Amino acid sequence: MTTTDSSTPARVPTGRRRIGDVIFANTASGAGALILLILAGVAAFLIIQSMDSLRANTVNFFTTTDWNASTREDPAFGVAALAFGTVLAATIALLLATPVAIGIALFIVYYAPRRVAALLGYIVDLLAAIPSVVYGLWGVVFLVGQLRPFYDALENYLGWIPLFAGPVSATGRTMLSAGLVLAVMILPIITAMSRDVFHQVPQANREAALALGATRWEMIRMAVLPFGRPGVIGGAMLGLGRALGETMAVAMILSPSLVISPFLLQSGNQTIAAHIALQYPEATGYGVSALIAAGLVLFAITLAVNMGARFIVARRKEFS
Amino acid sequence: MAKRIDVSGLHVYYGDFLAVEDVSMTIEPRSVTAFIGSSGCGKSTFLRTLNRMHEVNPNARVEGKVMLDDLDIYGPDVDPVAVRREIGMVFQRANPFPTMSIYDNVIAGAKLNNQRLSKREADEIVERSLRGANLWEEVKDRLHKPGAGLSGGQQQRLCIARATAVEPEVLLMDEPCSALDPISTLAIEDLIANLKENYTIVIVTHNMQQAARVSDRTAFFNLAGTGKPGRLIEMGDTNRIFTKPEKKETENYITGRFG
Ligand SMILES: Nc1ncnc2c1ncn2[C@@H]1O[C@H](COP(=O)(O)OP(=O)(O)OP(=O)(O)O)[C@@H](O)[C@H]1O
Ligand SMILES: [Mg+2]
Repeated sequence: MTTTDSSTPARVPTGRRRIGDVIFANTASGAGALILLILAGVAAFLIIQSMDSLRANTVNFFTTTDWNASTREDPAFGVAALAFGTVLAATIALLLATPVAIGIALFIVYYAPRRVAALLGYIVDLLAAIPSVVYGLWGVVFLVGQLRPFYDALENYLGWIPLFAGPVSATGRTMLSAGLVLAVMILPIITAMSRDVFHQVPQANREAALALGATRWEMIRMAVLPFGRPGVIGGAMLGLGRALGETMAVAMILSPSLVISPFLLQSGNQTIAAHIALQYPEATGYGVSALIAAGLVLFAITLAVNMGARFIVARRKEFS
Repeated sequence: MAKRIDVSGLHVYYGDFLAVEDVSMTIEPRSVTAFIGSSGCGKSTFLRTLNRMHEVNPNARVEGKVMLDDLDIYGPDVDPVAVRREIGMVFQRANPFPTMSIYDNVIAGAKLNNQRLSKREADEIVERSLRGANLWEEVKDRLHKPGAGLSGGQQQRLCIARATAVEPEVLLMDEPCSALDPISTLAIEDLIANLKENYTIVIVTHNMQQAARVSDRTAFFNLAGTGKPGRLIEMGDTNRIFTKPEKKETENYITGRFG
């Protein structure tokens, strides 16, 4: 008993903090600080390690497309083609995957019979857990071969759009193939996130729409999609992050060349992650440091994308 | 506007559970009908069958007949969506669309009926509906702010404006004031008194004074016992129900004696 006066019950809070609270608060803030430390540490590592080669670089790192870094003197390398390829592959993947993912998620939550929905949900979670090498293998061994007729048709009918201009790569190992495999790869994660957020739409909102005489699709447009928007964007950003950083699948599919080429059906282009993976074993001289510089750019792109997404989500915060 | 509803021999089930048994009643146009009765006796369940909202629950089903003037709303080729456009609903907890502005909330339903609404027509509908809901003066300067930023009572009036913007024939309200303070409640009761000139109104309420104040006719529902279905015990002019109820159960309920 801490009370001195026996007439006041000891139930009154004494202002002393409970030990459990203290431990929990410290652990939580410790974990938070650790994350920041790791992030800062990684950034610092990338910057310091890349300085070597960047200082010695004889050409502009951001505008050069060539990569001649594995020398002891006068390296000449630039990240322009790689950064372009990275963003292009990830953008294709995102553009292809997001609408399909939203469609699947809506089907699971609002259209499929309960048993089918449960099964589909299970499959989606399973797909999300498959390692990327497996997707890469599937892409190289199976998908790329099947795409040829489809690409020919694209060139035939849409060839006047520069994106789809010919000649179609004979091997099918093109940017569009890489983007497709990446899309398949990020589809499950975007679907899973969208499905979860669609599940959370309050019944009150859905009933509000239905009571106004909305059809199911109108209800989805009025109540479900706006409510789910931040979650879908979050899922898409997770997917985009995975697509930006994806190494194996892209390395296996693309036949790399360091050019900036907007022609999706021709061979060419390369991404930062795949480039690092392929070049690292043979890197000598300034090579490793230069690859780290490329990694730093990837880090920055990912960060920028995430901040962009947060900005988009926050802009309409007032309304949610 | 305003149509009559004629219910005959209606049973409502959740799966195998019979929630409401054999209700027949007539709801007169341009008047307010109140549903009263103890908790769980099926008032909400019955109310939701009047605009086929209960179908949102996949287990719920209905036997019997509901006529809206001469349309059998459970007829074989009647679209529930069309029924709900004629029979609007206001819920117990105000549920404006959280992602929409006040303006967009009001116009949301009207846009469904008419995709090519001009800006001027939309403005007119919004102003008329908000005025009708006694909300215009309070929100006219912030129409493009989120609807969720209003007070609870304002949100409920916003929901009423949203429901009336589609010009339904009938307005169903399930305890529209139960989450509101007395001032907001009075505001909504006044509103109901105005609305009944143009609409058929049904209101579920636990507040006996409210039923007495706003309604022309009152229907009393009760459970025959725990686990038994709810039934319509008696229905009549509100005055008569509250002064000379025919059934002992009704008298017990309105005087606060149970059992
Ligand atoms: N979605 C549902 N699934 C199964 N049973 C339900 C469902 N909704 C309501 N019921 C049951 O139906 C009966 C009537 O419920 P209802 O909500 O219509 O009562 P109520 O009169 O509106 O009660 P309250 O005054 O508390 O709102 C209750 O026994 C309830 O448990
Ligand atoms: Mg109820």
